[in-house]
Amino acid sequence: MSTARRARALLSVYYAYMLEYRAEILLWALSNILPLIMMGIWMEVGKDGSMELTPVDFARYFLAIFIVRQFTVVWVIWEFEFHVVEGKLSPYLLQPMDPVWRFMAGHVAERVTRLPFSILFVILFFVLYPDAIWTPGVIDAFWAIVFVVLTFLMRFLMQYTSGMLAFWFERASSVEHLMWLPYLFLSGLVAPLDVYPPLVREIVLYTPFPYLLWYPVKLLTHGIDATGVGLFQALGVMGAWGLAYFALNRWLWRLGLKHYSAMGA
Amino acid sequence: MPIVAVENLKKNYNVADKQPGLTGTLRHFFNRKYRTVEAVKGISFEIEPGEVVGFLGPNGAGKTTALKVLTGLVHQTDGKVEVVGHTPFKRHANFLREITLVMGQKQQLIWDLPAMDSLRINAAVYDVPDNEYESRVDELREMLGMEKEKLTQPVRKLSLGERMKAELMAALLHHPKVLFLDEPTLGLDVNAQAAVRQFLREYNEKHKAAILLTSHYMADITALCKRVMLIHEGELMFDGKLDHLVEQSAPYRELKVEFADPVTEETLNGYGEIEEVEGQIARLIVRRDEMTAMINRILDEQDVLDLTVSDPPIEQIIGQLFKEGVAV
Repeated sequence: MSTARRARALLSVYYAYMLEYRAEILLWALSNILPLIMMGIWMEVGKDGSMELTPVDFARYFLAIFIVRQFTVVWVIWEFEFHVVEGKLSPYLLQPMDPVWRFMAGHVAERVTRLPFSILFVILFFVLYPDAIWTPGVIDAFWAIVFVVLTFLMRFLMQYTSGMLAFWFERASSVEHLMWLPYLFLSGLVAPLDVYPPLVREIVLYTPFPYLLWYPVKLLTHGIDATGVGLFQALGVMGAWGLAYFALNRWLWRLGLKHYSAMGA
Repeated sequence: MPIVAVENLKKNYNVADKQPGLTGTLRHFFNRKYRTVEAVKGISFEIEPGEVVGFLGPNGAGKTTALKVLTGLVHQTDGKVEVVGHTPFKRHANFLREITLVMGQKQQLIWDLPAMDSLRINAAVYDVPDNEYESRVDELREMLGMEKEKLTQPVRKLSLGERMKAELMAALLHHPKVLFLDEPTLGLDVNAQAAVRQFLREYNEKHKAAILLTSHYMADITALCKRVMLIHEGELMFDGKLDHLVEQSAPYRELKVEFADPVTEETLNGYGEIEEVEGQIARLIVRRDEMTAMINRILDEQDVLDLTVSDPPIEQIIGQLFKEGVAV
């Protein structure tokens, strides 16, 4: 009862908070256009028929990337860093609830606020490029949704864990800039994993990155079979990384709180 | 049984030491040096339930650090701290439900939303039952003299005084037993300061909550606190009744005499130190232990219309103590 009430209160208040910034959220949603730029490049490359994927495949792939990123974009490291450095974490630490739930509520509420813009964008895209319209199978769509949720949770956990470094360094967000590189190249954001050499692809599949974009996107566009990675393997790799990050997160949290001097509070 | 018990509390900080200029910057980059600052140097005290204690000290004396330790925000370097039967740093949920910390310069309210939204979150976080939530909000609002519509407009649109009132509502919605207040009236105008003081007095009487209050406004301290603790450079210089502090540390009192006729400084020679003479009125500084004899002498020797005795302003006494840095 208490948990449900807290969740209800947090989500409704943070949704109201995000609606205060609806214009900014529209701009943030539109600013995630890197997949659309990549789409243009890869569609050109796919035209000569030398690739396994056709231009339409690339269009669907990068549109799906755009959609998945709308639901998995995370900024908790900057928010956490700001709260620690400015001492704004202090009021949250004085309450009988882990501060992470406030950050999480903000992210979930933002997703809901962003949803209408994302839907409108997809409709507009299909109007302009009807060849790219496709309907995923029910089971594939179900698993894609499950993996989008898991992807969001995983990205949040990874970034929140890096954010813990704010207890020691004033610019913990620089870690995120470092992590952006493997994310960019190993998650399928700039190129589908299908075009990577098999050995590289094999190794990359044991890192968390492909599951942060490529896997749910592939589920959505081509179905489970086309991924070449079984659901259990995907869940196992994500679960293992998730547990490792969670353990690291709680360890850093405990150490960090000892180090926290409530700067500026 | 004390609700706050502190024994030999020490808190040290490591602070990076950087010299100015390019050389200092390069040295700081390659070979960062830290020095240890002893913010609190082994203080001990106890606070009983319902007691209101003023915690005084100049900037950097260690007041805020001590409050951070008492609320569990900061881990002490040494010593034993117990608040409401809990070790603060463990941040047990039952401990957090019993305390609150209000900082005049920091806020917990969500800036772009009405205060009511932050109150709703706090009600859920502290498990304030739905049927009690509204009555508690109304009670606090009335005690603070806050208009209802102020709670439904964005916090950023409120005046400083209204914001502090809303902060107090958010901080006290769960009816904590111990209030740690760090400069709660800082920057407020005289009316808002008076309203906050009146509210704190009422809250203390109604809920029997203990209050540990730091303030640079002595009016806050004299209006609310019978007991004060003076901290200077991390050490407790005085812990006792405010009256006692004045008696002990101000051996002189001011004697204001209104004579029947205008007086001169020559007339007043031998009646203590002359502070001011203006027409028939003279202000004299007299030793506390000589006051009775001096009054009798003036009444015997002069034609007096009126006479009042007062202590020097508390700001002056405490300022002098901190300047001298001696334990009382």
